[in-house]
Amino acid sequence: MKFTRRDALKGLGGIPLMGAVWWAGAASSVAKKKERSAILEQLNIQPSLPTAVPGIGGDPIRIGIIGFGIRGEQLCRALGFATNEWKEEMRLAAKENPDNTALADFEAQDKLNVHLAGICDIFDYRANKALNSFNTPDSKMERFRTYKEMIRSGKVDAVVIATPDHWHAPMTIDALENDIHVYVEKPMTHTVEETYRLQEAALNSKAVLQVGHQHRQTLSFQTAKDIILKGTIGHVSLIQTNTNRNDDNGAWMYEIHPDASPQTIDWDMFLGSAPKIPFNKNHFFRWRKWWAYGSGLSGDLLSHDFDRLNCVLNMGIPDSVMTSGGIYTHRDGRNVPDVLQVNMEYPEFSTGSSQPKGKEKGMTFVYSATLGNGFSRPTILMGHDGTLELGNQLTIWPDGQSTRYADMIENGKMNPRVPIYQYNPGASVPDGVASATSQYFADKGLMWTYINGARVDSTFLHMREWLSCTRNGGKVSCGIKEGFEEAISSHMAGLSYKLGQRIEWDKEQGRLKPIEGIDFDKALLASL
Amino acid sequence: MIYGVFSIFLKSRCTSGTNRLYNQIEFPGMLTIRNERLLTNSMVILRLFIGWHFLYEGIIKLYNPDWTSLGYLASAQGPFRSFFISLTSDSMIGIADWGNKMALIFVGMTLLLGVFEKWGALVGALLLALYYLAHPSFPWLTEVNVEGNYWFVNKNLIEFMVCVVIYQLPTSHNFGLQRLFDKKKEVLTQTN
Repeated sequence: MKFTRRDALKGLGGIPLMGAVWWAGAASSVAKKKERSAILEQLNIQPSLPTAVPGIGGDPIRIGIIGFGIRGEQLCRALGFATNEWKEEMRLAAKENPDNTALADFEAQDKLNVHLAGICDIFDYRANKALNSFNTPDSKMERFRTYKEMIRSGKVDAVVIATPDHWHAPMTIDALENDIHVYVEKPMTHTVEETYRLQEAALNSKAVLQVGHQHRQTLSFQTAKDIILKGTIGHVSLIQTNTNRNDDNGAWMYEIHPDASPQTIDWDMFLGSAPKIPFNKNHFFRWRKWWAYGSGLSGDLLSHDFDRLNCVLNMGIPDSVMTSGGIYTHRDGRNVPDVLQVNMEYPEFSTGSSQPKGKEKGMTFVYSATLGNGFSRPTILMGHDGTLELGNQLTIWPDGQSTRYADMIENGKMNPRVPIYQYNPGASVPDGVASATSQYFADKGLMWTYINGARVDSTFLHMREWLSCTRNGGKVSCGIKEGFEEAISSHMAGLSYKLGQRIEWDKEQGRLKPIEGIDFDKALLASL
Repeated sequence: MIYGVFSIFLKSRCTSGTNRLYNQIEFPGMLTIRNERLLTNSMVILRLFIGWHFLYEGIIKLYNPDWTSLGYLASAQGPFRSFFISLTSDSMIGIADWGNKMALIFVGMTLLLGVFEKWGALVGALLLALYYLAHPSFPWLTEVNVEGNYWFVNKNLIEFMVCVVIYQLPTSHNFGLQRLFDKKKEVLTQTN
């Protein structure tokens, strides 16, 4: 038998087919790659790497904890100390749900060179809870009755303040005046006047102050800074940021502990500067619901969103603020609003412009909050050239009418509906949330960046940075400048809600513009 | 010739001569092939399409350095979720990515060129079974990023069955390099 032409055709026919498919696949991949790298080259965004912090050498830093409630416990865990109760609870949780890695994450966290030397909590149960877990033969922890006693004891180098808001400033100022380092939860202060006083105390103190806005450590925010700096989305005229919560915990309806009584709680100490009222468990555990101790949506949650954006844009205190809202979803006797709309005006601010000089200037920052709906509205920065969605991940869409990207949009190289950049530092971590989205990115053929992959608690990073600065010097991410801006802006929002008036900031004086006949702090703390 | 192929797998007899006139093969109690040539050609085309699809998927991934199966594996659902998640570890993901690309290209080349097609069909079926098990179309699971609507049976499962059929009805002797090898063998046998 001989090979016929027919045999050759049928035998070798697959080869050109294979060549064609191979060529088509390679050409398409290479073309897409080229297009994408052209876009990325033009954007030139540098994903941020975790900042290296000098280690804490020498003797362990002696830390005093003031306030060991929900947040106080979280902060202790960030320092490397978890209560036995929590560990047991998390062990059981992990057994029930293998996806719950809280305990494993905690145990994997780097150890800090610290010693929990003191605890100060006016509720006996909580102080004892701390002592039971943290007062061990090789690491003594002492209970102090008052924060003043602790600060003056000579037994602590630094304090962590996680108390109700009305105690933040008195404690912080006292510590700073005694050159004790302070990590204070947000909002930094409860009134306008004490914000000024705290600023002075911090500037005159040798101690290091860090305000607890831990998201300043989030890599995506640092990358977002670079995105804005490079003019990627052009002139930002509007920022929209939101709080969307629809659960009791989110509305500050915390549990009331059965041990709570006038015998176990130092009620007078709790009240501090607040109006004197008889012992009230509801006020003690759910203090965020009253202006006398808390700061409502403006101080509690707007402060987070404000600082998030201030961290990216460094826009500072707004020229003016107008707020409206009300108690519309939790009419349970609280006096802080649960729906709030804040408009902050920055008429002089600009993130840069791709259009003729002078055409674009000014920005409004809108904070919109409800405690009656949990639909997740993202934080969005709206620029002339693009839109940036800001979160743990970043996404940038080009704008259809962008000046900067006009050519690329016209050539079809960019599409307003398709993101031109995505950043997802957690993309290689296989947890439910990250992976669903990373598949989405992969499917869309978009960019993703992973940095070492590991997920790290930002509060840990924030505290580590603070502790490192106390030993080695250096600048903290959220010191007095940032804390002052956050506190004043939050108070302006709260005041405008209370007064129904525009509140203005005097840049030259570094003070609020007075309104005749109005005592700002009285208005801010008023129960209605 | 196709009769030969069938006889290997179905161990059946071709019966009546009348049927042959109409190019019809009958397998009593099993199945009837109305047109042998048409079936062969259809099977060749089906094999080429599957090979085409696999090769293109493989090549796209080969030339895209950013491609990784991580998202697909990490979001796996169903009874084998933990197995797929374990593939996403730092030590495994590189192997999983490389293995997937190589397997896709292997399947694509064997089916398109028509050589070792049974191996190709087998590897193809294995890959598709894995794809299906990582994201099975079970009604109690939430489908992520899937076009179309599926209830147990989805496109991966269908293509899996196609690979099983290709394994059982090889056609490389009709169209493919195998034809030349077989011819060569025949030539050699004859000269001997």
